[in-house]
Formats: sequence, C-alpha cells, structure tokens
Amino acid sequence: MSAPLIPDLFGLCKVLTTAIIWIVQQLIFALAGPVPPLKGLGDWIGSDAVITVLTWFIVVTVVVLWVTVFNLFTIMWVERKLYSRLQDRYGIMISVWSLPFWPFNRMGRPTHRGTGYLQNLADGVKLIQKENITPRNADSAMFHISPVLIASSTLMVFAVLPWSSGFYVANLDLGVLFILAAFSLAPLGILISGWSANNKYTLVGGLRAAAMLLSYSIPMVLAVIALVVFTGSLNPLEIVRQQERPIVLFGTTLPIPAWYVFGPQFLGFLVFTVAMIAEMERVPFDIPEAEAELVEGWTTEYSGMRFGIVFAFKWLRMLAASALISILYLGGWSGPVFATVAVGSISIPILPEEFWFLARVYLLSAFFVWLSWSVPRVRIDQILNIGWKRLIPYSLVAILIAAGFRAIG
Amino acid sequence: MPEFWINMGPQHPMTHGLWNMKVKVDGETITDAKPEIGYLHRGYEKIMEVREFQKNVVLTDRLCYVSSITWSHAYCLAVEKMMGVETPERGQWIRVVALELQRVASHLMWLASYGPDLGLLTGLLWALRERELFLDLIQLMSGARMNQNYPRVGGVRNDLPENFEAMCKRSIEHFLEKLTGYESIFHDSKVFRMRTEGVGLLTAADAINWGVTGPNLRACGVNVDLRRLDPYETYGEIDFEPQVWHDGGAGDSYARFIVRFNELRESCKIILQALEKMPKSGPYRVKTPRRAEGDGYAKTEDSRGEALFYVIGDGDDRPYRVKIRSPVFCTMAATPMLLRGNKLADVVAILGSVDVCVGEMDK
Repeated sequence: MSAPLIPDLFGLCKVLTTAIIWIVQQLIFALAGPVPPLKGLGDWIGSDAVITVLTWFIVVTVVVLWVTVFNLFTIMWVERKLYSRLQDRYGIMISVWSLPFWPFNRMGRPTHRGTGYLQNLADGVKLIQKENITPRNADSAMFHISPVLIASSTLMVFAVLPWSSGFYVANLDLGVLFILAAFSLAPLGILISGWSANNKYTLVGGLRAAAMLLSYSIPMVLAVIALVVFTGSLNPLEIVRQQERPIVLFGTTLPIPAWYVFGPQFLGFLVFTVAMIAEMERVPFDIPEAEAELVEGWTTEYSGMRFGIVFAFKWLRMLAASALISILYLGGWSGPVFATVAVGSISIPILPEEFWFLARVYLLSAFFVWLSWSVPRVRIDQILNIGWKRLIPYSLVAILIAAGFRAIG
Repeated sequence: MPEFWINMGPQHPMTHGLWNMKVKVDGETITDAKPEIGYLHRGYEKIMEVREFQKNVVLTDRLCYVSSITWSHAYCLAVEKMMGVETPERGQWIRVVALELQRVASHLMWLASYGPDLGLLTGLLWALRERELFLDLIQLMSGARMNQNYPRVGGVRNDLPENFEAMCKRSIEHFLEKLTGYESIFHDSKVFRMRTEGVGLLTAADAINWGVTGPNLRACGVNVDLRRLDPYETYGEIDFEPQVWHDGGAGDSYARFIVRFNELRESCKIILQALEKMPKSGPYRVKTPRRAEGDGYAKTEDSRGEALFYVIGDGDDRPYRVKIRSPVFCTMAATPMLLRGNKLADVVAILGSVDVCVGEMDK
C-alpha cells in the first residue's frame, strides 16, 4: 500500500494558515475593544475565502522553497561532485565543517574538507555581492526581463509537477500538457536575452536556441502523444496510478512493474529522453551556450546574481525533466516497499512515495550528468539533423506502435 | 541575416594563447576568415643577437613553453653545427629521451586543450593528469617542470639521475594502460567523430604549398618526418614508424587527431628503445668555444612541425643573426583555407586540431 509522506499538501498548509490567522484574529479582536471598526476586519480575515487564498500563497511558497532550496542545491551538489569524480579530482569541498565557529578552524582560514554541500551557497553569496553590469547599447528592459522570464517559466513547471500522490500544488487534467508548454517558454527568453545584449556571441547563441527549439520540441510532444494513446489521460497522477501494478502477459503476472518504459512505449521513451536532454541544454546539446566558440553563448553578458539565475535554471530544468520522465515512463513514485511506523494513532511512513520518486529523479539526473561529461558537443546542423531526420520519424513510429498495440488491446 | 565578422580572440576560450581569429559568418557558415597574430611578438631573433650563445638557450625555452626542450635543442644543434662540435654519444641519447618526453608532454597538452574545445572537459583533466607523469620525468631529468633550460651547446646540462630508466619504464607502462581510456572517450565516441570527421579538409598539395609541416602534414597522407628523412642525434639508430594517415583523401580534423594520438604511443616506444640502446656511461657534454664564426643550420621535428634555426656567427661570442622558422606560423597562414565553408562551431574543432602555440608563432 503506497503511503505519501505528505498525503495532502493543501490540507496541511490550510492547517498552518488557519493557525496563523487565528493568532492574527485574536490580536485584532483584542484591539477591537478600543477601536470597534476592527471587529469587522477580524471577522473578514477569519472568513473562508481569505483562508483559502492565503493557503494557496503558502502552498506555492512551500513548493518553491522545496524545489529551489532543497532540490536545486542538492542537484547542483550531485552534479558538481559527480563530474569532479569522473574527472579524477575532489571537486567542491566547502561544507558545514568549513564554517568559522568550529574550534578546529582558525579564524579567516576555513577548512576545505567535507562533502561540499555548502559550496553552492557560498557561490550564491559571492554572486549576489557582484555588480550587475548592463552592456552599453543593450536593450535594458528586455535584457533584464529575460532572466525573470526564464526562471519563472521553469518554476511554473513545478506548479503542476507532483512529487507524490499528495505532494503537489495543483492537480490539472491537462497537467502534462501544461508542463510541456511551460518548458517551451524558456527558449523565448533565451532568444530575447541573446538579441537584447547587443553582442554577437549572445546573438548567435539566441538564434541557435530558436533553431533548436523546433527540432526537439516536436518529437518531444509527439512522444507524449504516443503515450497518451495508451494512458488516455494527461493527468500526471492518473498516469502514475496506471503504472502501479505488475505486468500481466497472457494471463500470467510477471514480477515486473507495468512501467510504460517496459513495452511498446520504449521507443517513445528514448525519443523523449533525448529531446529532454536538448530541452535542458546540457552537453551534448548545449549549443546555445557553446563555451568553446561563443564564450558563454547567450549568457555571456550577464553578471552577478542574474548570471546565477540563468546558470541555475538549467539545473531546475534537469530536475523537472528527470521528474517528468519518471512520471511518464518510469512509474513515478510507485515502489517495492512502503514501510510505515505507527506513532499512536498516526502512521509515519519511513520509505514514503517521495523517497522512491526522488530516488528516480536523482538517479536519472546522475545519468544525465554522466552522459554530458563524457561526450563532446554536437554542432547546430547536426542537432537539426538528429531532430528532423531521426527523432521525428522515430516518434511517429512510436505513435504507430502505440496505436497498433492499442487496437489489438 | 547579413554577413558579419566575429572576433574570436584575442581573449576567447578558443584561442589557446593571445591571437585573434576573425571569422566572417553567414548565419552559421563561415565565408571568410582572417588570423591576426603578433600580440605576443617579443622580438626573439633580435634579442638573441645581443646575448651569448649559451645564454640564448634560456630564451629558446620560452619560444613555446609547452615544448621547451625541442626548441632549445634545435637552437643548440644549429650552434653546434656552426661551431663544428659533436655531442658525445651518451649526450645524444639523453637528448633523444628528453625530446620524446617533451613531445609526449606537448601532445598531451594539445589533447587536453582539444577536449574542452569540443565541449568535453573530462578530456582536459584526464590528459593533464597523465601529462604530470611526463613532467615528473622531465623534472627528474632536468630539475624543472617547465622551461627546463636542459640542452646545452655541446650536450646536455646534466647526466640522467639514478634509476631514471626504471622510473621511466614504470611511468610509460602506466601511461600506455591509461591511453585505452582515452580511446573510449575519443575514438569510440560517435559524437566526437561527428564533430571531427570531414571538417577542416586540407589536401596534401595544399599543405605542401602552404608550408604546413609535422603532424598536420602527415595527417594529409604525406610521409614526412625529419627524424626519419634527415636523422639528427641518434634517431637513425632507432626503429620507429612515422605516424601517417593512410586512409586516403584530404586530412581532416580526425586525421590530425589520430596522427597526434598515435605519436604518443610511438614516442613512448622511442623512449624505451633509447633507454635501452644508450651507453650506460660516458661523457654527456663537450667543451665548446665561446666565440665562433660561420653559419649553422638545423631543422628538427618539433612537436608541431618542422622547427628551423639558422645561426650566423661573426667571430664574436654572440650570434650575428638568428632566423627561426616556426611551424605554427606557416600553418596559421593556411587556416582560412581550412575554415571556409565550415560551420561556426567547427572553428574550434579545426584550430584545436592543428595545435596552435602562440609563443613560437609570434616569436
């Protein structure tokens, strides 16, 4: 029996909001003695509509913090540590043991030992302190808007992306479609920033992003269509629910879970994964910011924390892409064991759904990291060839296969 | 979109050194290219006229910091020919070992820079890791990792240290094992071959006309190796195979890569042979006159091509005139021909494969 750690995020946040509002209400009622009109304000704050609206704010905040503070930092750490080990070096090493208050650290000389989890925090602090430079003759408004557009469109993905059967912001029937649409917004931001920075490197980088967009977005959506032929739904929760059972072949139950990757969807899975690597702009498909020939591509002119945003959003996209692949093809949060411990009347899951989901997400991310640090980058015309001549025909074949299996039953 | 020029350099990740490749692009296709060099011109030929023969060795080390010994050796050879002195046999063998160690270190530096050129940073760190093996050996031999100041007019500065042979063999054995790992990330990688095959085509006739030499010429299928054709030191007694691209056609970036990569193995073979055939004792250096008259001319197979020194003495203790022929300088003249018609991303795939060293190019 599956057991999510957070069975109902909205309900949980509602309890929190109600508690906060109750305290505020009591304060207002206390003040309502000398100032009678406040009584009405207190009543209004306690009303259901206000609580619901505030709960939504808190839900969004919780998910954004969960994504950016916990998962983003972890995935950055995973990537930086993993590729360092691939390259036979230690990699990042600033951790809690480097903080100055430990007795073994001399003042001003932090010890660089440990696992390096706080290195990204240190880098973020450094980036915040740096000057934000706007190039001369750049289109300032567009130049400043595009990092916001890129970051916010990527965060929009997490509005619909569930982390378990209870841990999500919104449960849309067309959730997967929403995610893909939000995913495809960022290349627009890249094009804007590339054009507005008034630099030839950024311009070429932005135009490459626009050229790439078509070649991988179409097979990505076609692969999802092949999946929808089977699922009949675009709701991520429903798609995962369909995979939470063993495969039944000719009446015998096999000890293999019925993930969509095992079966006729395998081709679609491959196409979708390759398209996703292009979508998250990693080597071998990171040609908009090919640092060898275009310095840093479209991010060349950004400095300070704005560079940090456009740099970190790739990890957010890797997170979202890994999560999406897990949901669509790898069974989402279904797992072999769901242990729970009963504390009084409440049962606390030890291996909750979130654990199995994060395990998939990070294993997939580790795979992408491994892949991208062991192959060179392809050329722009080669990715267009891969997209138009390989991925699109393969995804069409995947649709045919899916339709055929569906027709047979 | 109209055509426009893009400056790749003087400060750009593509330029390993200080030079500028101006590229005219139509969309992504290169229609024209123009190398601009001279940012690192230090007036070597002129400085060398005011320094004594022996002191110039320090300068020639800095011609190319990646491949110091090969350059100072070429200079020493030219001065020796002018003075009419002959290096003792053990000195010649030690030179051969030093030259080949330096060649491997230089090729590994090239391999290291070629990786990130194509977006493969892992190649950089792996190749630099293995380069340390050879820098350690050179350090054992000469006392310095880089700019060794090791060859002398009339021999080498010092004899080989104790146990050098054993350490050399151990390092090379380890290195040859590691090379198979490189094959898996370079040769076996489909993406790597996609990026390098068929780009930067250079026909043998063009290469010879433009004065391209060394591995870049051998990649065009021309079997030219001065170690074999015009043996200096004791290369004539060593059994080795000049690495030539045999698969026909014009040399592309992949051919240049393969030729250089195979030279790593071939150089290791030469080192092991030289250590074996070397006389175990004997003088490694002869006394040379301070002043000399006449002219000396030496051409050697540098890591990047044919290095040439022409030294004229007028009876003083310093050269009257020195002429340096840099292989990269000639190769650079041919690069616009290599680049035209390729994509913008191929600039790095081509210029990385010809192995540019700005120090010797600008002199």
